[in-house]
Amino acid sequence: MIGKLEQLKGEAIAELEAASDEDRIQAVRTKYLGRKGLLTGFLRNIVSVPDDEKPLFGKRCNEAKELLSVRIDEALAHLSSGRKGDLLTREKIDVTLPGRVVRAGRIHPVIQIRREICGIFSAYGFSIVDGPEVELDYYNFEALNIPKDHPARDMQDTFYIDDNTVLRTHTSPVQIRMMEKVRPPVRILSPGRVYRRDSDVSHTPMFHQIEGLLVDTNVTFADLKGILTAFLKKVFGENTTLRFRPSFFPFTEPSAEVDIRCVICSGRGCRVCGQSGWLEILGSGMVDPAVFVNVGYDPEQYKGFAFGLGLERIAMLKYGVSDIRLFFENDSRFLRQF
Amino acid sequence: MLVSLKWLKDYVDIELSVTELADRLTMAGLEVDEIKTIAPQFSSVVVAKIISVVPHPSADHLSVCEVTDGERVYPVVCGAKNIRANDVVPMAKVGAVIPGGYTIKIASLRGQTSEGMLCSAAELAIGDDASGILQLPADLKLGEPLISALDLEDTVLDISVTPNRSDCLSVIGIAREVAAITGKKISMPRVKMKETGDEITSLTSVTIQDADLCPRYTARMIQNIKIGPSPVWMQSRLEAAGLRPINNVVDVTNFVMLEMGQPLHAFDFRFLEEGRIVVRRSAAGEEFTSLDEKIRILPEDTLLICDGKKPVAIGGIMGGLNSEVKQDTRVVLLESAYFQPASIRRCARKLGMPTDAAYRFERGIDPGGVLRALDRAAQLIAETAGGKVCRGTIDEYPQKVVVAKDILLRPGRIRDIIGTEIPAKEVVRILRQLGMTVRPAGKGHYNVTPPTFRVDITREIDLIEEVVRLYGYDRIPVTLPSAVATEMTDIPRPAMEERLRGLMTGAGYSEIINYSFTTPAAADHLLLDEDDERRRLVAIKNPLSEDQSVMRTTLVYGLLETMKRNANNGSFNLRLFEMGRAFIAGRPGELPQEKNILAGLLTGAQSDNLWGAKVPVDFYDLKGCLDNLFYDLKSISVRYRSEMSEPFLHPGQSCGIYLHDSLIGHLGAVHPEVVERMGIRNNAYVFEINLDIFGIPQTERTVYTEISKYPAVTRDVAFVVDSVLETDRILDIVLQQCEDLLENTAVFDIYAGKGLEEGKKSLGLRFSYRSYEKTLTDAEVNCAHEKIVSVIKNLTGATIRS
Repeated sequence: MIGKLEQLKGEAIAELEAASDEDRIQAVRTKYLGRKGLLTGFLRNIVSVPDDEKPLFGKRCNEAKELLSVRIDEALAHLSSGRKGDLLTREKIDVTLPGRVVRAGRIHPVIQIRREICGIFSAYGFSIVDGPEVELDYYNFEALNIPKDHPARDMQDTFYIDDNTVLRTHTSPVQIRMMEKVRPPVRILSPGRVYRRDSDVSHTPMFHQIEGLLVDTNVTFADLKGILTAFLKKVFGENTTLRFRPSFFPFTEPSAEVDIRCVICSGRGCRVCGQSGWLEILGSGMVDPAVFVNVGYDPEQYKGFAFGLGLERIAMLKYGVSDIRLFFENDSRFLRQF
Repeated sequence: MLVSLKWLKDYVDIELSVTELADRLTMAGLEVDEIKTIAPQFSSVVVAKIISVVPHPSADHLSVCEVTDGERVYPVVCGAKNIRANDVVPMAKVGAVIPGGYTIKIASLRGQTSEGMLCSAAELAIGDDASGILQLPADLKLGEPLISALDLEDTVLDISVTPNRSDCLSVIGIAREVAAITGKKISMPRVKMKETGDEITSLTSVTIQDADLCPRYTARMIQNIKIGPSPVWMQSRLEAAGLRPINNVVDVTNFVMLEMGQPLHAFDFRFLEEGRIVVRRSAAGEEFTSLDEKIRILPEDTLLICDGKKPVAIGGIMGGLNSEVKQDTRVVLLESAYFQPASIRRCARKLGMPTDAAYRFERGIDPGGVLRALDRAAQLIAETAGGKVCRGTIDEYPQKVVVAKDILLRPGRIRDIIGTEIPAKEVVRILRQLGMTVRPAGKGHYNVTPPTFRVDITREIDLIEEVVRLYGYDRIPVTLPSAVATEMTDIPRPAMEERLRGLMTGAGYSEIINYSFTTPAAADHLLLDEDDERRRLVAIKNPLSEDQSVMRTTLVYGLLETMKRNANNGSFNLRLFEMGRAFIAGRPGELPQEKNILAGLLTGAQSDNLWGAKVPVDFYDLKGCLDNLFYDLKSISVRYRSEMSEPFLHPGQSCGIYLHDSLIGHLGAVHPEVVERMGIRNNAYVFEINLDIFGIPQTERTVYTEISKYPAVTRDVAFVVDSVLETDRILDIVLQQCEDLLENTAVFDIYAGKGLEEGKKSLGLRFSYRSYEKTLTDAEVNCAHEKIVSVIKNLTGATIRS
């Protein structure tokens, strides 16, 4: 009987192998494994098998059915994968065509610099504040120790609205407004637009500044050097060389101009640094006692430092932009690069 | 301030190289902007020796010389009489260019070949003598260029002097700094002169009527002078400093101003009526012709130097044409005065006359140096113009100029300010080096008196700065502040702005920055009504141009201009935004209102791709960007209302943006007339949101809502309604029904045209129903749905399209 089973199994597999499409394969399944299939029915022959062979016969029957079933599934799968393969080939697309995209916009390069700088000072506990751009002469000048008819006014060419109102020439008036409002300690950063009556390759009548102010009982010039050194190394790289050079601002004393080694020529001298090997980056100094008196702080008790820098200048150096006016022409071919 | 190195070396020994010197000055606060070399205006002029001189065979006034430069012998024809064999002289070789642009060529002079030219000092512009060939020392090396042989080159430092350092607006001032930095002594010019003229007080007088503006006026008189050019050495000093030589008297006044920092003026005494000087304020409307031959209406309170009858100079600013030193001037009255700085500055600015004199007076000259400069100039005039200095000086000094004295310096304060200890000995040494008098004042403190020329030093902090400046900023340590973080927190707007920036760039919009000022015509181009608040312009009194003469009151105009500029550059697909302020004029005496605004512009195609469908952007693209922005900020109460329309927007394609019934902005297609007026070629869509009214969205605590386990059932309905009916009208009705089972209503189709009546449109809405408790049955959904549909039909007259 087992021999007959083997023969039947052989026939079934031969028929399956001959079956070339799904219908024929399914026919093989029906013929052998269907409810009335030959292999399904073959188990009935167990009655004519000697008792001691019955378990083996049953086992072989089931094995044969299982084998065939697996082979049929395989054949079907094989068939379907072949057909799907054809379909996928026909569906091939050109993956190198440009994507259908609304390209992400860019943040203005000057604002990117502002972000970076605000981020650095935020980590030192500076809060971001702002103030009016059309400002009283008092806040823009007088409270900052720049009286009317003082030559220091020549340092900043001013747009006037009327005798008492100007377009702020720096973000420093925000210092005064904040100090009038709060008691020390003060740690503020005021970014914003400022205006000076000037226009050429390196000056635009409007540009951006960031002003920082720190006031407390025990702030020193050494701290000023420390914070600005750390800051400039973060912006221009750990190997940046910098120098603090005496200068004059009416609202700070001692005052310092901070230069970095020219990032273009590494100090050998080039057009960008005017052959000096150094680039002026920011102005800074210890808050002048007269400014503290103007805001009602006791200059004997409190000390502080302030610094200010122009963002376009930093952006020009970092991005290699040689004409400041490009920042305000808003040419999309320019903006796209940042 | 241009400073000749040679001139500087007249007063102080300098052992440093020029670059070292420049570096030291810069690091002491006198920034050297530029180092220039100046040389005489000739080339190829060498030291040569005359071998022989013979008379020219066919010209009486010429000689023929053999001249050698040590290598070759040249035949040179010469017209001078002062030459003999063995003289060492300058020879301009063939090809040389001498002052005046004259090029030396091989020439034939009456049959004799000449291969060069022997030069006088005047011909080379290195001296005044034109009478003969310049005789050179016999020990000079033959063939050496004259410039190096006579050391005719000079170096000029361009130093930017900060406004506080009026004392450095002179060569001696810079020399004092060099001396302080290098530890050298300064040697001042010795003033010695003979007073051989008449007694000055017998000839003239000075009356100061307004001592508040002129605390001190001193004068000398020099008689019998002869006007002519000043000596070449003086001219070259002036030229190195950027001044043009004029004549010996004027050059002396300029020379002493540059040397000592004291501006001076010389009057031709002939033209001083009544032979006297009166110093007074101007009256309103007084007229005066200054040396530059301009007639000026003087502002009131201008300080005038007058004679007995009329003004002869604007005090401290410029002399008058009527008393100018001329070719035939014989007697000059020389003025050296101290004028009140703020008044000089005010007048110089009002008159638009930023002269060298005004520049120095307004910064404060040395009140202790007035007489010394007067004497120095008198001496030099006598020397160069051959005059006799009158006996005596007039010195009217009615109001003492206050100078700082005994400023208390606490060395402990230096440490507190700079964060490190400078030894007291070092502090005292530095101060004395700067010419200060330092006396102990007990408790380790000092009383310090600065020299009179340091008018900038009046307080302890000024002394501290001086000490630190010369001690060296580089020697101060680098520390970080120990202070604790303040309790102040950021104003929330910058954080909000950063978020908006992220959303806008994510939506494809690039940030632009336009100037805050614009043209007054912008309001007209935008068709603003006469009473629109955006016509309340903040005007700039002194704009750079009309285009930049008023502060903008909207950001839209700038966006459109940006679009136009980009279109001219071939960029048509634009997504732009700007965050900045608009300015609305306030009441007189009040600052303007500054509005923080986010504005955007969309134009061109939806995608930059050239392949695939080319879909132009429309209103809904821009609105979608805003929808998403408000979605991200969780500002669900924002509504768009068509009844509000901006004059510069298309009335049928624009709306106001409202938050809780406050108008926060607008959105829409740019009005076709604006498009035309501005000459932009494409449709554009713009929006503005006032961030101050929009405010900072409340960050409410987010509470999670359970997600229903049961499926949604949807019902699609196409309502046929009047075309003008707005979708929001129907969605509002739906919302008002407060149907709990209704989860969402969405527009799935808009149709008008064939199959519909004229004036009607079909609005397809998809209603989704869902319960939290069970799977809804058809009957339950129908019950809720039919109720909503019938309310819509009743309230809007809609019919259902089958």
